[in-house]
Amino acid sequence: MKKTHLNFAGTPLSNEVFVNNKVSITESNPNAQYEYDTGLGIGKFLQGLKEGKILGTHCEKCNRTVVPPRIFCELCFGTQISWKELKTTGRVNTFSLCYVNWDATIIKEPHIPAVIEIDGATPPCGIMHLIDEVRPEDVKIGMKVQAVFKDERERQGSITDIKYWVPIK
Amino acid sequence: MTIKRKPQSHVAVVGAGMTKFLRRALETPKELAFEAAQAALESANMTLDDIDCVIHGTAPDAFDGVHMKGEYLSDGSGGWNKPYIRCYVGGGTGVFAPIHGWLHIASGMFETALVVCEEKMSSCLPHPQGAFLTIFDNFIERPLKPNLLWIFAMEMNRYMNTYGISVRDIAHVSVKNKANALLHPAAQLGAELTVDEVVNSPIMAWPVHRLMVSPPSDGACAVVLANEKRAKKITKKPVWISGVGWNLDTSYWTNRDLAYPQYVEKAARMAYEMAGIREPKKEINIVEPYDPFAYKELHHLEGLLLADRGKACELAIDGISARTGNMPVCPSGGLLGVGNPIAAAGLMKVCELFWQLREEAGPRQVPGKPETGLAQAWGDLMQVGTVIIMRNKK
Repeated sequence: MKKTHLNFAGTPLSNEVFVNNKVSITESNPNAQYEYDTGLGIGKFLQGLKEGKILGTHCEKCNRTVVPPRIFCELCFGTQISWKELKTTGRVNTFSLCYVNWDATIIKEPHIPAVIEIDGATPPCGIMHLIDEVRPEDVKIGMKVQAVFKDERERQGSITDIKYWVPIK
Repeated sequence: MTIKRKPQSHVAVVGAGMTKFLRRALETPKELAFEAAQAALESANMTLDDIDCVIHGTAPDAFDGVHMKGEYLSDGSGGWNKPYIRCYVGGGTGVFAPIHGWLHIASGMFETALVVCEEKMSSCLPHPQGAFLTIFDNFIERPLKPNLLWIFAMEMNRYMNTYGISVRDIAHVSVKNKANALLHPAAQLGAELTVDEVVNSPIMAWPVHRLMVSPPSDGACAVVLANEKRAKKITKKPVWISGVGWNLDTSYWTNRDLAYPQYVEKAARMAYEMAGIREPKKEINIVEPYDPFAYKELHHLEGLLLADRGKACELAIDGISARTGNMPVCPSGGLLGVGNPIAAAGLMKVCELFWQLREEAGPRQVPGKPETGLAQAWGDLMQVGTVIIMRNKK
């Protein structure tokens, strides 16, 4: 019989067939492990966080200050880069109130991820981070926020050296 | 940009096929690829012997936990003993693959090509989202324990805020696409919904509601391409690929204007120039933009220059993008309704244009004898646009 586009193949499996062991499956747990190196740009950025600073890079040719910092400019593909200490304040470019984890399980109190435009960088350059100590319904785009760093002794040179961001009152 | 060389040959789509899109299929990825490829060949009255080269599109190896996925899928895709290439740009793959097919033939290297896209997402536990987590930066993002919804929810929020668009405005897209899918025999999630039901569905990551998200799916699609000489012998109704375009933005996504997909515009302009289209709003009769989330259809229509910035939702609200409207958008039912087996979803849109432009779409057929259609896909870290323009007249 000639197949047409109205005659589609595909055999659906329902949950029931798994419960009743009506299909055979096999499992795999690859448990792949990796160790990543920071690189030159992000390494210095993380060192900055350990010192309570947010560092960006400035491209002389494009006159653009970016964060996260990088050792080459992807616009002009040049290396006329200088390091610049930015402020630890910023503005909410956008945010979400997220009620699910990555595995689709539900959470009650939402995570509040945001893109935060860092003061001192060329807008809209910013980083992704979390907002906290605020009622979810009070978070607004354009809101001024301040980074809350961990205690100096607890900092490890990680993005989580910033605990989260809070609104500036 | 200005395209520097003319193609050696016109290229037509001469056959199309797909499997059902399913939550979980019994078939292996190879079997799904085979079913779609075989259906496409049969629709063109061709066999694998008539095919000069094979192009495969599939998303990350991590979905299947199988490395060399392109090679694994090659025999199901008819790639054995032929020039074979796998291409991949995340969700953009489904339109990138036929663009590769076009390149193979337009270059003059081959007369015919089989393009197959397959995805089986159900194998990845506990949820295929886990396979996406590595798109985030190892140092500055992954320690924050992000999930994929974050970035789309944030992009949607920025888009809404920039233009003053509401969740309700965007919900019209879900209603339209899921209703269109009711008439697609391969669809996974066709449904008759009201705007209220969409707006009142559970919030996953505000402003994204459950009924504004496409499902993970298993499925495959395929098309057969041919040069002008062969196409005219194969079928009386070739559908010509009159323009292709693709473009990639930076992966520093937190440095971008999230309200507007500049990279989609650049891809579209490339395709319009090739197709000689100066007024896309007037000249494109039927659109299949990538709609893994309801807002993405709107975002993309604007990037494709088919709607003014911030105004695309009016097309859905006013019924202009309905199947019977002036510019039908996602008459297939889109990813929201038919399903989203990543790479296959984009090629499903190309299949839909093929059927619509040949007036073979059955109950889904858009009225008014459409002549020109556009399909677009999007992906990677919200950064790639892939565009194809198809016509039933050369």
